[in-house]
Amino acid sequence: MTFAAIEVRSVHKHFAGVRALDDVSLSLHAGEVHALVGENGAGKSTLIKIMTGVQRPDGGDLSYQGRPVSFTRPRDAQAAGISTIYQEVNLVPLRSVAANLFLGREPVNRFGLIDYRRMHRAAAGILARYGIAVDVRSRLGELGLGVQQMIAVARALSMNARVIIMDEPTSSLEPREVDLLLGVVAMLRDQQVAVLYVTHKLDEVFRACDRVTVLRDGRVAHSGPVAGTTRLRLVAAMLGRDIDQVRRHGATTFGDEQRDTTGAPLLRAEALSRRPVLDDVSVDVHAGEVVGLAGLLGSGRTETAKAVFGVDPLDSGSIRIGGRRARRWSPAAAIRAGLGMVPEDRKAEGVIADLSVRDNIVLAALPRITVGGFLSKRRQAALVDTFVKRLQIKISHPGQKVRELSGGNQQKVLLARMLCLHPKVLILDEPTRGIDIGAKAEIQALIDELAGLGIGVLLISSELEEVVEGADRVLVLRDGAVVGTFRGDEVTEDRIMRTIAVASNEAAAAKDDDD
Amino acid sequence: MTDLRAARSVRIDVPAFLQVAGVYLAIFVLLAFNLMFTPNFATVTNLRLQLVQVAPVAIVAIGMALVIATEGIDLSVGSTMAVAAALLPLYLGYSVWVAVALALTAGVLVGLVNGSLIAFAGMQPIIATLGLLVAGRGLALVFADGRLTELFDPTLDTLGNASVFGVPISVLLVLVVTVAAGVAVYRTAFGRRLLATGGNRAAATLAGLPVKRTLVTVYVLSGLLAAVAGVLTTARQGASDPSFVGLLIELSAITAVVVGGTPLSGGRVRILGTLMGALLMQLIIATVIQQNLPDSTARMIQASIIVAAVYLQRGRRAP
Repeated sequence: MTFAAIEVRSVHKHFAGVRALDDVSLSLHAGEVHALVGENGAGKSTLIKIMTGVQRPDGGDLSYQGRPVSFTRPRDAQAAGISTIYQEVNLVPLRSVAANLFLGREPVNRFGLIDYRRMHRAAAGILARYGIAVDVRSRLGELGLGVQQMIAVARALSMNARVIIMDEPTSSLEPREVDLLLGVVAMLRDQQVAVLYVTHKLDEVFRACDRVTVLRDGRVAHSGPVAGTTRLRLVAAMLGRDIDQVRRHGATTFGDEQRDTTGAPLLRAEALSRRPVLDDVSVDVHAGEVVGLAGLLGSGRTETAKAVFGVDPLDSGSIRIGGRRARRWSPAAAIRAGLGMVPEDRKAEGVIADLSVRDNIVLAALPRITVGGFLSKRRQAALVDTFVKRLQIKISHPGQKVRELSGGNQQKVLLARMLCLHPKVLILDEPTRGIDIGAKAEIQALIDELAGLGIGVLLISSELEEVVEGADRVLVLRDGAVVGTFRGDEVTEDRIMRTIAVASNEAAAAKDDDD
Repeated sequence: MTDLRAARSVRIDVPAFLQVAGVYLAIFVLLAFNLMFTPNFATVTNLRLQLVQVAPVAIVAIGMALVIATEGIDLSVGSTMAVAAALLPLYLGYSVWVAVALALTAGVLVGLVNGSLIAFAGMQPIIATLGLLVAGRGLALVFADGRLTELFDPTLDTLGNASVFGVPISVLLVLVVTVAAGVAVYRTAFGRRLLATGGNRAAATLAGLPVKRTLVTVYVLSGLLAAVAGVLTTARQGASDPSFVGLLIELSAITAVVVGGTPLSGGRVRILGTLMGALLMQLIIATVIQQNLPDSTARMIQASIIVAAVYLQRGRRAP
């Protein structure tokens, strides 16, 4: 094997001034399974899009089977033999398995009509080769997601794919289906297909992959054979930490006074379960305490926040606010009980872009600024004025549309929306993601200040530094379950990373993972 | 360099400007044209006729604008008008007020069904209201036994044809509805909830807003306004005609809303623009009739304006 099946060299990509990929190189060899890991926004999707012709790089080269190529559209890449299997299978659920396998290239008889008999026979042959036991006449949508994914793989192979990109293929699969899929991946390796396996599950990297590349903020943070690395090293690379020099005090603006957290908790969530994302998660938040939730993407951080705030229904578990058991739980009920939440996805779940800064800030507090259903301009202005000043939101005037603000100022608008409700407990999901350094420092200082005022804070962050320095107590989540709790001096980046890195089935052998 | 950038930003602003002000501009142009070329256009009788004719569409369109602001649509308005019209003769015997009250209640009930299907059953607005478009007309024909009924009621006749200080009552009603809708949207908590629900439903839910209640309320208002339009049309015609009253009015109303500058994507609404949109469509029809052009011409002009209005909105939404 002299050349790579597909290779990107020094690829750059910018979106509206934001760097998505910076000097990224990656080569994929035939008969090799290459893992691509990284947190949200690390650049994984952009890299895939460039390799499959969906987007074109601003700089750098792409070569396929040793020759430089430039795909102008996805069809070019597919025709060349690069197939992508997405986590949400993009086949036609209402058509049969066979029809999906031959979608767009159905065998026809001499009248130009689809030859179903031949198609079914050929489809059955293809599935048999990969050990997939389903009736080719059944509707694709009636099958499990894992089987659907394998059929997508079979379709790709039957189209002579030389490179298969799998984008988080197991994120919605049951464990049994994961086993089957990884079996198929091993078979692909044997057939000399080059596989790019995008995931955030370290278990799968070590089970199924030969090489691993870690992206962080658009750069390659680590690349090498799986055999020569450890979980801890990968976690450190994903979270942007140097395992040798874990500092106690970094660039955050959190103070380090210890708070008294004895007494009854303001928020007590017990045994929250919601299959398959949450498994028996319990969390308490006391007055004036900042509780951090750490863990990788998909570990159940956001799911915990949403369950506590009543967004998603629970299979089981209980939530108490100030000792009172929550009933008929919804975001509206949670807000009435004294909770507030700033969601992770600012754009999709936070701001209402077409409304003004003023309207966005007072949105949750509407009942407090209305008299007989009519908005009191005076109360509204007073509220908006107070919080714009207190959070130093930079706007030209309160009537300015929120869509015109920077990410940091939008985030402050969302904080203001919750703070003007005077919450007892505030849930902050990634409060500083994607905002500039100045706003970040201000928000971190604000979290400290709020805790000082006796508000309980549940802080979720994929930046380890932020959790370690901001939180009094940290819960580490993995696969929807709490796998570690640290308080006070125990809270260190090193401990958290080690806890995250321990494989679910090797918890006892954690010490072997040391370098 | 600076000049170039300024020039470009001006060019980008043209669609935005047209989306907001295009309807006023078009009305101005049509008025000017008619004043110059149409004999007897600028007479009180003619202008009054135009306004009276547009009243039902304008009232229905205001309700439609509220629905569209929530990213919804209400196709059942014409059938709701028919139900209201069909109920009037049945209860006129008790008292005209009982009959009108029942007709309006029927509009509220249709809105409740629409709103519940959409908010609680999670149905798509276009499907839920399509159901009532079909069912409502059928129901109206059952009530009316499929017949046109002539009505001789002095109160209804006054409502449909009398004037106060020279302004027809139906036109006054349009003004009241427009002002009330404007106040509701811009000055009340309900208006805020409406725009938030249409602008970003997930965010509105997370902010603790009663999203479902807001949706139901909006469809109830639309149903109520449609019933008002049904009563008004019946009063003016002096006859309840459930087969034809409000037929295809949903299309005229949607047109008025869109031409008035309200995007179908929700989160924004123009109440006065909607009224102007309805007026513009009426003016086009009047102009074509008075110029002795075939009716098909009016339709094609209307169609072109709709396409242009939607195109302008598309341009606005692109980042």
